[in-house]
Amino acid sequence: MTASTERLLRIVAPVVAGLLLLLAWLGLSLIPTGRARLVPGPVEVLSAFFANLGIIAEDALVTGGNALVGLVAGTVVGVLLAGVAAWLRPVDAMVAPVVAAIAVVPIVALTPILNTMFGASSQFGREIVAGIASFVPVFVNVLRGLRQARPVQRDLFTAYAASGSQQFRKLTFPTALPYLVTGVRIASSLAVISALVAEYFGGPADGLGTAIAGYSKSGNAALAWAYVGASIVLGLIFFLVTVLLERLTTRRNSS
Amino acid sequence: MTATDPVAPAPRRRTTGAGMPRWAVWAWGAAGIVALVLLWELYKLLGPADGVVIGSERDGLRILPRTHDRAMPHVWTMVARLFEATSGANTPPLWLTVAGGVLTTLGIAAAGWVIGVAVGMLLALVMQRWRIAEWGLLPWIVVSQTVPLIAFAPLVSRIGNQIDRNLFPWPGWISVAVIASYLAFFPVAIGALRGLNAPDAIHQDLMRSYAAGYRQSLFKLRLPAAVPYLLPALRLAAANAVVGAVVAEVSIGMRGGLGRMLLQLAQSASADPALPWAPIFGAVLLGLIAAGSVALLGASLKTYRRGEAQV
Amino acid sequence: MTASESTAVRATGVERVFGTAKRSVQALTDVHLEVAAGEFVSLIGPSGCGKSTLMRLIADLDQPTGGTLEVFGKSPRQARLDQDYGIAFQQSGLLPWRTVLANIALPLELHGVPSAERSKRAAELAEMVGLGDFGGRYPDELSGGMQQRVAIARSLATQPKLLLMDEPFGALDEMTRERMQTELIRIAKETAAAVVFVTHSIPEAVYLSDRVVVMSPRPGRITQVLEVPFGRDRGETLREAPEFFERVTAVREALHGTPVERANER
Repeated sequence: MTASTERLLRIVAPVVAGLLLLLAWLGLSLIPTGRARLVPGPVEVLSAFFANLGIIAEDALVTGGNALVGLVAGTVVGVLLAGVAAWLRPVDAMVAPVVAAIAVVPIVALTPILNTMFGASSQFGREIVAGIASFVPVFVNVLRGLRQARPVQRDLFTAYAASGSQQFRKLTFPTALPYLVTGVRIASSLAVISALVAEYFGGPADGLGTAIAGYSKSGNAALAWAYVGASIVLGLIFFLVTVLLERLTTRRNSS
Repeated sequence: MTATDPVAPAPRRRTTGAGMPRWAVWAWGAAGIVALVLLWELYKLLGPADGVVIGSERDGLRILPRTHDRAMPHVWTMVARLFEATSGANTPPLWLTVAGGVLTTLGIAAAGWVIGVAVGMLLALVMQRWRIAEWGLLPWIVVSQTVPLIAFAPLVSRIGNQIDRNLFPWPGWISVAVIASYLAFFPVAIGALRGLNAPDAIHQDLMRSYAAGYRQSLFKLRLPAAVPYLLPALRLAAANAVVGAVVAEVSIGMRGGLGRMLLQLAQSASADPALPWAPIFGAVLLGLIAAGSVALLGASLKTYRRGEAQV
Repeated sequence: MTASESTAVRATGVERVFGTAKRSVQALTDVHLEVAAGEFVSLIGPSGCGKSTLMRLIADLDQPTGGTLEVFGKSPRQARLDQDYGIAFQQSGLLPWRTVLANIALPLELHGVPSAERSKRAAELAEMVGLGDFGGRYPDELSGGMQQRVAIARSLATQPKLLLMDEPFGALDEMTRERMQTELIRIAKETAAAVVFVTHSIPEAVYLSDRVVVMSPRPGRITQVLEVPFGRDRGETLREAPEFFERVTAVREALHGTPVERANER
């Protein structure tokens, strides 16, 4: 197919798929199932969303705030630890298996005990969970990035009698930067989802997750799904901001 | 006619930076865990008794916990607690109860993993075969992961009940497995798609020159070539299935699994500080078993990973 | 044997244009070429002269935009479906998860040849290229030269009467290259297959071929065809013979000199 047809289809195809999904949703909401319907229709959810924009935004700020704190903290710790691990072999040897284990373990399981340790009215437990979830991809990616400078490039710097800090600033860091940004991009989605799911395991009665659970249980399905919509928006915001960051940095560092 | 070229040296194993032998990796890993334990105990020993609070004692943000045994039990207390009775006199030892929870959740996670892998592979096959399907579906697949799992729990639960009432028996745990599969299918779809698209032009030309059809190409070229991409995806899917199962259990309110245990035991934390740590150890074990199983699977597919050097 | 069957490849006015109407690239223009059965023909020329494109057209990996192309009297597509040719590229293209024998047997497997017959044929071919003892090895255990020998064995699996080779020795060092050239001559003679061989190397083209087709880019076309009348029994001593150097010089001059207006070949 020609280039212009391809470009057109690349946009049309997901739009059509989206419309089909919307139709499926509508169909699902219209299935008669006695008292409670399976799922509220798109129109109801949208009206519930706009009718409650205030409280939804408040809760979104709570969850988003936790995710952001976790993301930043996890990134900082991840970068620092990766730096030490790239520098000292013993640290790397000790940390790598532990990180690999953390990566496969359900971190949200820690939430109840964290809420006990830090108080049930504190957001800190949720922030720690988001932080650990963010730390893992940042650590893994930054560590890989710090090792990406090829031997031939290092030889070049040695031949120029460059100092350690010069080599770091001009070779190691620029090479690692795209990896850092990729790690942050991956971590951002994880931070949001972890912050949200952690709310399910206790803590203060605010946040998007608590609202979804609460309104589902109390039967206000339309509002619950409106909150789900807000979660999607929150996730997309985090994702798009970090993708933008990725685009900006890799363009400057294209090598 | 004998071969006169020297045989190429054995391929370099992917080193862990230090090129350590297997046992050393495990030893250092154990050292890492010991370091964590030391960190915990040292904080208990040397940290401020009331922890660190930013702001006033009542409304401030506590960023370091209190050090006394009720808030932070000693590690050996946590371990010892495992061997005591679960909740008074005639109940089985704690580790047994936790083991039961681990097995239950493991089974559900495994079922969720299987469903997720099947759905993910199907999507990847469709997307690789028809590029228009990739353009249409892939963005939605990526967006799907921003929808929190807990949104689907009531929906799936209700659909499950309807099926159970009108069509055929549908036990509750299957609903949990379906919800867990929602997290598991995503890495498989992405990883399998990358893997199926991995063969380079040379191999595709070769297949074309043999007049091989789509099916033959799929089984003899694309699927074997996809293995090095599939295995990390399967491992991620297993970890996700575990998280999904734990969360789904809580949202559906299923008994007997680790999810409910985590919440329940945490409620007795003030009376029995070491109690809530038991299901946490269980959850860690669960994750490790899930990842380990996939690693075993990977070991059995070693021939198909010989291409990994070129990946 | 009819006239068309004794001609392995017949190209008449073949043309291949890439790109849109506004920005097009003439990869091949007005190509006339005949390769007789059992003949060894090399295509040589600088980058962009269309030699690989021509080979891909013969292999039906691409289709001409003009002219006609016949392989053993059939369309290239039919020849491909009938597996009338074997192909080898610069990268060996071995599947890393298959042993040497399994790689050689791949085309046979794809065409439903029964297992026992496949094993026998694969073993024969491995023996023919001198890798009889390496049947159970995997590609990552073999050197570059050995991998290419496996690729050549594989290209012979269906006993084709035409071999298409796109710089198969390009990635090898000079010593291995010379050894492989001698092997290839022997194999071509034994199987009586026609060979269309794309190369960058002038000595290689002269050493191997009955005819050398010199091509030139922008637009891609055949500029000259030189005969290399050394017969099919060639030994290492040929490399040092004066007549060899004379032909090499002739090809070099044809490559560098002012290209003649479209050399037609009938």
